[in-house]
Amino acid sequence: MAKKRETNETQINREITIEQRETEGLSLGTIVRRRFFRHKAAVVSLVVLGFVTLLAFTSVGTVIGGTGNLINDPNTNRLAIDGYRIHGWWPYNWYENYDVLNAGGQPTLDLANFTVGEHPFGQDTLGKDIFARVMRGIQQSLIVVLIVGVLSTVIGVTVGAIAGFFRGRIDSFLMRATDVVIILPLLVVGAVLSRNFGGDAVSLAILLGALAWTGLARLVRAEFLALREREFVDAARVAGASNFRIIFKHIMPNTIGVIVVNATLLMAAAILIETSLSFLGFGIVAPDISLGQIISEYNEAFKTRPWLFWYPGLFIVIIALTINFIGDGLRDAFDPRQRRLPRTEGAINDLKKLIRNRKAN
Amino acid sequence: MLSFIVRRAAATLMVLLVASFIVYNLTAISGDPLLELRGSRDPDIQFRIDYLTDILDLDVPPPIRYFYWLGGAAGCLIGSCNLGISVSRGEIPVTEALSGAVASTVQLIALATVLSIIVGVAVGMTTALRQYSGYDYTVTFFAFIFYSLPIFWVAVLLKEFGAIQFNRFLAEPVIPTTTAILIALGLAALVTGIVGGGLQTRIRAFVSSLALSGLLILFLNITQWLKYPSIGTVGVVMLTLLAAGVVILLSIGFGMRRGVLIVTGMAAISGAMWLPGQYFFFYVPGALGIFGWIAVMTLIGVAVGLLFGGDGRKEIARAAGTTGFLAGIIMVIDEALQYWDQYIGLIPLQTGFISTIGAVTPSIKRQENMWLDLLDSYAHLILPTAALMIISVAGYTRYSRASLLEVMNQDYIRTARAKGLNERTVVVRHAMRNALLPIATIVPVDITGLIGGAVITEQVFAWNGMGSLFIRGLNAVDVNLVMGYVMVVGLMAVIGNVIADLLYSALDPRIRIS
Repeated sequence: MAKKRETNETQINREITIEQRETEGLSLGTIVRRRFFRHKAAVVSLVVLGFVTLLAFTSVGTVIGGTGNLINDPNTNRLAIDGYRIHGWWPYNWYENYDVLNAGGQPTLDLANFTVGEHPFGQDTLGKDIFARVMRGIQQSLIVVLIVGVLSTVIGVTVGAIAGFFRGRIDSFLMRATDVVIILPLLVVGAVLSRNFGGDAVSLAILLGALAWTGLARLVRAEFLALREREFVDAARVAGASNFRIIFKHIMPNTIGVIVVNATLLMAAAILIETSLSFLGFGIVAPDISLGQIISEYNEAFKTRPWLFWYPGLFIVIIALTINFIGDGLRDAFDPRQRRLPRTEGAINDLKKLIRNRKAN
Repeated sequence: MLSFIVRRAAATLMVLLVASFIVYNLTAISGDPLLELRGSRDPDIQFRIDYLTDILDLDVPPPIRYFYWLGGAAGCLIGSCNLGISVSRGEIPVTEALSGAVASTVQLIALATVLSIIVGVAVGMTTALRQYSGYDYTVTFFAFIFYSLPIFWVAVLLKEFGAIQFNRFLAEPVIPTTTAILIALGLAALVTGIVGGGLQTRIRAFVSSLALSGLLILFLNITQWLKYPSIGTVGVVMLTLLAAGVVILLSIGFGMRRGVLIVTGMAAISGAMWLPGQYFFFYVPGALGIFGWIAVMTLIGVAVGLLFGGDGRKEIARAAGTTGFLAGIIMVIDEALQYWDQYIGLIPLQTGFISTIGAVTPSIKRQENMWLDLLDSYAHLILPTAALMIISVAGYTRYSRASLLEVMNQDYIRTARAKGLNERTVVVRHAMRNALLPIATIVPVDITGLIGGAVITEQVFAWNGMGSLFIRGLNAVDVNLVMGYVMVVGLMAVIGNVIADLLYSALDPRIRIS
């Protein structure tokens, strides 16, 4: 009896494809992790994003709590920021004016001679240190990205799951509600809303998160509609599982790929929306700063002081790019459908063959 | 079918009503439209405040005021629109403020959309066919970068480098030798990447495209073509030949001799039609002349295809008609370029062809010459369209690449190959059409995104379109103006969604709408 089962198993093993053999006996987490780390661009992006985050938060420190408004510190008689201030290793901060070092505030960063100097990203007309401002901007933009990502994922998954699982009236009501949000461009609704509730990073993030969940909700709903007809759901129901348990324990884990990938891509979109709104003057407004707000503030100075413009833009691109690459790596890891076996034709392979033949002769 | 459209449109209109109700209230409570007046010390100011309060119904709470507004807006269904007046624009009716703005924004978005779809789909599909090649990696990498670019940053950079520097270059357009060599090498590498194949094919493709692009740059330098661009009869014939080649590749294939002969014969016809075209443009002025001529050329193509097409006359007529259509466009461009010198001479301050501000040059508008107007609007469209396109193209590239890859891995493609069809037929007939399906549904969504992007682009390029209208309205708490914008954008979205549904069901017979 035991022997017979063994032959059956080996037979099955012979029939499964190479791809399946690669993942045989591993958990989803392990498979995804392995595939993700094979995606070089995604891994590099992860490292770069981690580095940028670390740089932004350690260099100029941060502020916790408080209103974030600028106040006059009675002890030192200097400008200070309301809230608990954690200082970083960078000697300057983002709200004080310093003496203008180079003519016009030229950046002291010199890549040719590897010198960083006092104000590597330059200064504005008032002498504010652009490096510190950009770092603070990165912090705020990253906070927005994080909050938007978490909030819209929670809303989107909840709405999508409920709509897809219960179908019927609830579904059509929720999908019409989704349509109401989706029908106007996010930028437009965001601008109108942020005039009422916006101004600083956290409130802008919350209202963007409350708007950006629609795409995810639709995707999750589609997944749920397909998955709820599967046998394992019936089995769970027969075993007496509640709806809540079926949704969260049985169906949700099967949609985790879609959720993770789209949440990541949504975060990349979030930083672009945030900076665009701030650029238009509707998102984060002074005295709070973000990358888009810096560009907006210095918009007119591009011809005379291009560095006020280069660095914030550069970091927006870096953050959006790395998040996009991470999302792509996750997509490849969760859904290898688009992968094909490596090519056997092509110039390089021809060249190799040519050399091999030469050697053989 | 009809009931589906009606039901679908009604559902989205309901959605639009709810959305507009929310936006109306949010805008109304976002500030005080009379703030500026209240601060004034003018003794008559109370009179003015009372007048505006009365005319805008400011004493009515916003949720109820919305229905006053809706009543006026509902008049649009019976042909008498009343969207209220715009306080921030000197109390002109909103419909009047909208009409010009809608036209200029639609112009901007339409061009950007069409171009991005063509470029994006072409690039995306070629990368999918050459998956994991150097070309694929390069394009994918750049698509990611473009996708991550903030549009306002791109727009400002384009304004500085795209316009001001390039205009300076255009004044004395000689491409230096090193740049020329680099451009030629880059183009050759690109062509080689797209052509693909084995080592021999690649070397052949590289050398020939290097020589061709080198010659082209030499030609540009010697004739100073960038300064005095013109096409002429020879140019029309050659460009039509090129268009014919692309059309044949995508439709009937080079195997069908009769078809190839007829379609390439369109090039000769376009050469012969060049002179009649000149008369046509002279005697039929206005947009009618342009569209009329394109229609004439298309009809010639179809007629020739039907007359001489033999067994495959339907397919050949379609291909020849497409070629004729493209030839018509080429001839229109040729005609416009004949006014180039005159146009350049009329630009105020001689700042160069590429314009950075606004949508028209007033002094040229006064000339009342359609061809000059055409050149002028394209000179103004270049930069904003480029800014909108960069991001849009990246999206289409990624979508179409993924879509074609998925299709190419399916069983029926293997079947098509197994029954001995050549690669061109497999890709164009079997794979490409199915891969285009999902893209059709993305287009309306993308257009909504482009409208959002246009808000920023218009802001940067001082373009008086919908976007700047919206921003100005929002800043002045001019609810009527904002609502005008919202209604137009919302209606566009509604129409786009319905079109997407219909398109999808028309393209994919598996989907039944009911």
